Amino acid sequence: MPLLELSNLRTSFHTRHGIVRAVNDVSFTLEKGETLGIVGESGSGKSVTCYSLMGLIPQPPGRIEGGRVVFDGVDLLCCKPEQLRRIRGKRIAMIFQDPMTSLNPYIRIEDQLIEPLLIHERIEYTEAVKRGIAALEEVGLPDAAKRIRSYPHEFSGGMRQRVMIAMALITKPDLLIADEPTTAVDVTVQAQILELIKRAQRQLGMAVMLVSHDLGVVSGFCDRVQVMYAGRIVESAKTDSLFHQPQHPYNRALQNSIPALQPKGTALYTIPGMPPDLSRPLPGCAFAPRCEFAADKCSTGEIVLKEVAPDHRSACLRVQQAEIKV
Amino acid sequence: MLRFIAKRFVEAIPVLFIVATITFFLMKAAPGGPFDTEKATTPEIKAQLEAQYGLNKPVFQQYLDYMGQLLHGDLGPSFKYAGWSVAELLAGAFPVSLELGCYALAFALMLGLIAGIIASLRPNSLNDYIPMGLATLGICLPAFVTGPLLILVFAITLGWYNTSGWDFPSDRVLPSITLGLYYTAYIARLTRAGMLEILSQDFIRTARAKGATEWRVVWKHSLRGGLLSVVSFLGPAISGLVTGSLVVETIFQIPGLGRFFVMAGFNRDYTMVMGTVLFYAVLIIVLNLLVDIIQVWLNPKLRFD
Repeated sequence: MPLLELSNLRTSFHTRHGIVRAVNDVSFTLEKGETLGIVGESGSGKSVTCYSLMGLIPQPPGRIEGGRVVFDGVDLLCCKPEQLRRIRGKRIAMIFQDPMTSLNPYIRIEDQLIEPLLIHERIEYTEAVKRGIAALEEVGLPDAAKRIRSYPHEFSGGMRQRVMIAMALITKPDLLIADEPTTAVDVTVQAQILELIKRAQRQLGMAVMLVSHDLGVVSGFCDRVQVMYAGRIVESAKTDSLFHQPQHPYNRALQNSIPALQPKGTALYTIPGMPPDLSRPLPGCAFAPRCEFAADKCSTGEIVLKEVAPDHRSACLRVQQAEIKV
Repeated sequence: MLRFIAKRFVEAIPVLFIVATITFFLMKAAPGGPFDTEKATTPEIKAQLEAQYGLNKPVFQQYLDYMGQLLHGDLGPSFKYAGWSVAELLAGAFPVSLELGCYALAFALMLGLIAGIIASLRPNSLNDYIPMGLATLGICLPAFVTGPLLILVFAITLGWYNTSGWDFPSDRVLPSITLGLYYTAYIARLTRAGMLEILSQDFIRTARAKGATEWRVVWKHSLRGGLLSVVSFLGPAISGLVTGSLVVETIFQIPGLGRFFVMAGFNRDYTMVMGTVLFYAVLIIVLNLLVDIIQVWLNPKLRFD
């Protein structure tokens, strides 16, 4: 049994401008100890997928329209709130994008850091503080015993993200969801943050879901990657295969847009057009209007994710029917 | 911290000086005098009275005399209540107003905070609309409407309380509610706005992701930041509450401070006007200092500036 199984998850936001279908029919599985990357541009539904399975979608305006999220045999979408609460923060932990705003500015690091322990485990306060200090040392915070008494504003962004990681790992979770953990920190700190997560994963044997829009970060980190576009998964494969034999024009276009992978002096490739407006119904493939391979059927046919090569799934109709090679 | 407090007190001195000066000359600029309404005065008696209180001297001389007195901590004799000094009158009435104000404040804080928090947890639902609708009503309704209404219902119809007076513990209930209602409504609105802002912050999402209960999210993670604006409001609110209200005191026949504020002006009771204004000014300065200290305690970011 996989650790986490999403099937046909659909999440939308009911706004004044209509219903925005942020996550549309997303299914995937995650095995114990596996590292899964989710890439896509802003608004493609990566973060909303994570928030949905954590039950962190503000409702209203958000609404989970359907689907199942089964974590270790428990359906997180329809279990009792109490049951969900006992899982999140204990067995599923999360790191957020912006360490500057994700820590409570009014509360000492100490109290925030050990909060998961106090919530989920029967533990003495002093014992929890000891583990908190150990957790901070683990993430490489110097002088942890003293600095644990600080407030978030006394820390730099990189240090705050370390605190976030220590906080997420303190209950030894089975699954860590990292929502763009390196986006808001310095480039020099990015590698350290990723290394920390990697090390913790090896020690705890936990599964990691890494959400990012940085293909470089994902390629070096994950066992398996899925690409999202306009609320859907358009391609899913082992990391190697996804980067070396792309099976979806969007994935190919994304990789063409990475400056470092192109010969020096060539004009920078950009994908023409804009991501679609998710508040309008999108018949067919959402990428078709921007796709150089698009045919008539792309804008009408039904789009499903299908295996096109061993352990490699693509949502491109023409690839599925072997009409094109991207 | 001590240095901060000392600094604020030193800063208060020029403020009080300016308040005293402006009030003094404004008061003197108003036509009439304290003895105009005495019925049986002949011009001779009036002149003698004015001479006795120093009102025949040039205005600037009067100002210097008064400020000299003030430096010795003397607020002078009341012009209206013969044989009473302003300090004695204020000291007699302030405890009554203070007591009433404290009850009203307790009522306002308790109800206002609860209503505001409830409204903020389910914005744009009935839980929000009902308390906030009532709060708008509370802000709109003046005390001279709510006071008599409360008397009508709880004193006359139900007979639970006396209609007026300040003799028994139960006499405190209706005036406190009447006085506190406006503040309740204001606090409820401020609480809702502050809590809504905090509850939409990223760190609240972090707390939820940690598995915190809704109770913990509100109590541990939101209240501190959410109540900052309420705390700022408390400075002026408390000074307003504990210095009494003419309307409430008149409706319920309470011997509080409020009447002095209004009547001193009508009576041209010069020393009383100065006394009440300075008293109010000192109160506001002290309470604002207190509020600032509480703010610093609530918000660690301010502690190092």
